Amino acid sequence: MDAALHAPVIARPAPVRSAGLLAWLRANLFADWKNALATIIVVALITRWLPEIVDWAFVRSVTRPDNAACRALDHSGACWGVIAEKYRLILFGRYPFDEQWRPLLATLLMVVMLVASCTRVLWSRWLVVAWLAVLVVFFALMRGGIAGLTPVETARWGGVPLTMLLSTLSIAAAFPIAVLVALGRRSHLPAIRTLCIVYVELIRGVPLISVLFMASFMFPLFIPPGITVDVLVRVLVGITLFAAAYLAEVVRGGLQAIPKGQHEAAAAMGLSYWQTQRKIVLPQALRMVVPSIMNSFISTFKDTSLVTIVSLYDLTGSLALALGGDADWRQFYMEGYLFIAAIYWTFCFAMSRYSQWVERHLRVGNAR
Amino acid sequence: MSEPIINFEKVSKWYGEFHVLRDIDLAVAKGERIVICGPSGSGKSTLIRCINALEEYQEGRLTVDGVEITDDVKAIEAVRKEVGMVFQQFNLFPHLTVLENLTLAPMWVGRVPKKEAEERAMTQLARVRIAEQAGKYPLQLSGGQQQRVAIARSLCMTPKIMLFDEPTSALDPEMIKEVLDVMIELAGMGITMLCVTHEMGFARSVADRVIFMDQGQIVEQNTPAEFFANPKSERTRDFLSKILSH
Repeated sequence: MDAALHAPVIARPAPVRSAGLLAWLRANLFADWKNALATIIVVALITRWLPEIVDWAFVRSVTRPDNAACRALDHSGACWGVIAEKYRLILFGRYPFDEQWRPLLATLLMVVMLVASCTRVLWSRWLVVAWLAVLVVFFALMRGGIAGLTPVETARWGGVPLTMLLSTLSIAAAFPIAVLVALGRRSHLPAIRTLCIVYVELIRGVPLISVLFMASFMFPLFIPPGITVDVLVRVLVGITLFAAAYLAEVVRGGLQAIPKGQHEAAAAMGLSYWQTQRKIVLPQALRMVVPSIMNSFISTFKDTSLVTIVSLYDLTGSLALALGGDADWRQFYMEGYLFIAAIYWTFCFAMSRYSQWVERHLRVGNAR
Repeated sequence: MSEPIINFEKVSKWYGEFHVLRDIDLAVAKGERIVICGPSGSGKSTLIRCINALEEYQEGRLTVDGVEITDDVKAIEAVRKEVGMVFQQFNLFPHLTVLENLTLAPMWVGRVPKKEAEERAMTQLARVRIAEQAGKYPLQLSGGQQQRVAIARSLCMTPKIMLFDEPTSALDPEMIKEVLDVMIELAGMGITMLCVTHEMGFARSVADRVIFMDQGQIVEQNTPAEFFANPKSERTRDFLSKILSH
């Protein structure tokens, strides 16, 4: 036998995978009996419920703000008329009706800035300048009292602009705080470490509602008379501190995952503590926890709806305000909630998709 | 011997209750090439990690390039600029390209302008024969290539002293040679080198002195020729018989 002779095998292309609709169906929907059963159940549920939902939402629905027509439906169809009737109150809360172009413009400016901030080619120093400018304009528009605009106190701000303001500012402020607290919890200086642990554990140990209560009702008791801090600011600080505590733990999770060798290599090269964190540790730690960070951001965005508890009428609060005081339309709260749910969902879905883009974008270098 | 560039005087270190370095006395002359060997847990890595203050010691005195190693952060950062280190696990920064790995310290620690740092980096990459990989990320390279990048990264700071902590122990056999070749080349450049390794062929061909450590002490030190031909202590003979027998 000439077993000693080695005959090299020439590399050849991989076999073509079976394609086509039938192959796809088999692989994805009917792979085995469990898979097939699940497919059948889902299809059955869809055929059972979908026609009714479509019927309720689109076929029998009333879209005109016609109260009598809506009542005649007796909930057999959706009364979208309630939104046509109340949308300005829902979107802008108690803001004076004739001045509502101001919150509309302010909100649009904010949306433009948020989109711009998510666009890579626009990331530069100018973005920060633009943000500062837009925030000034935002507050000027909302607050009035200059350029001939009638003053509107912050207690009357409401709806989408309030939700956006609260979530944007608290997320933007919470992130750097969270990074510092996460680093602080790993500091070798006992005082700083203890302080950060106490902060996180205290805030995490109470519900957001109680933080908001404290910010709104207890805080004024502790400051000297004559000084007043606007309720909006107090609530903003409360949400920020709350969000930062959770976010700090997310960031710390990323920091823990960085191997010791990375710190040692940076130290051996002579990089200082802050240079090491900024150039080596944080870029790797943060990209590892992008999904969790976005999770926290989305939570914070929705948590802003709790400010109703201290009489600030954000999007959710404005809806309750719009329907609660009107006996004719009150019964159509379901349609109202679906409307604001759609608004919340749009924002959250955009954030979620953006997070996926960021993940893909940061994957360079991880060849594994 | 002129003023030593590294001087250990009765240096002791404990991990908790474990006495890992015991009254180490060691003077290293400028330009000297030293190979340190010994069984695992003998304290050889700890010894060289004291030189750039990755480990702190509790007793004795250690000076590096005229600076005493204390807990003074500024002094430590100054020493680290002069001391390059190559690790067993390479420790390249995976989120930066090869070129960025090399320019980071010169730009941020040495305050070298970007263009000059990049020129310097390309020179060092060419020296370790890997210039064509400058734009890649570390994890796209083989182990041997990564370790050569790590060596080039240290050289970018033009260090006076190079520390190697088992630089070939994590490599496949086929890649050990390409890294050793680069290290042999460096040995001819006049940099002071301390190398923890079990590559006895490397020790024979480039070391001025071989040090054998056991249980936190320097048991024996000699020129490679003498060290391998006439080991004095029983412990050294035993160790050499184990690593050279096959």
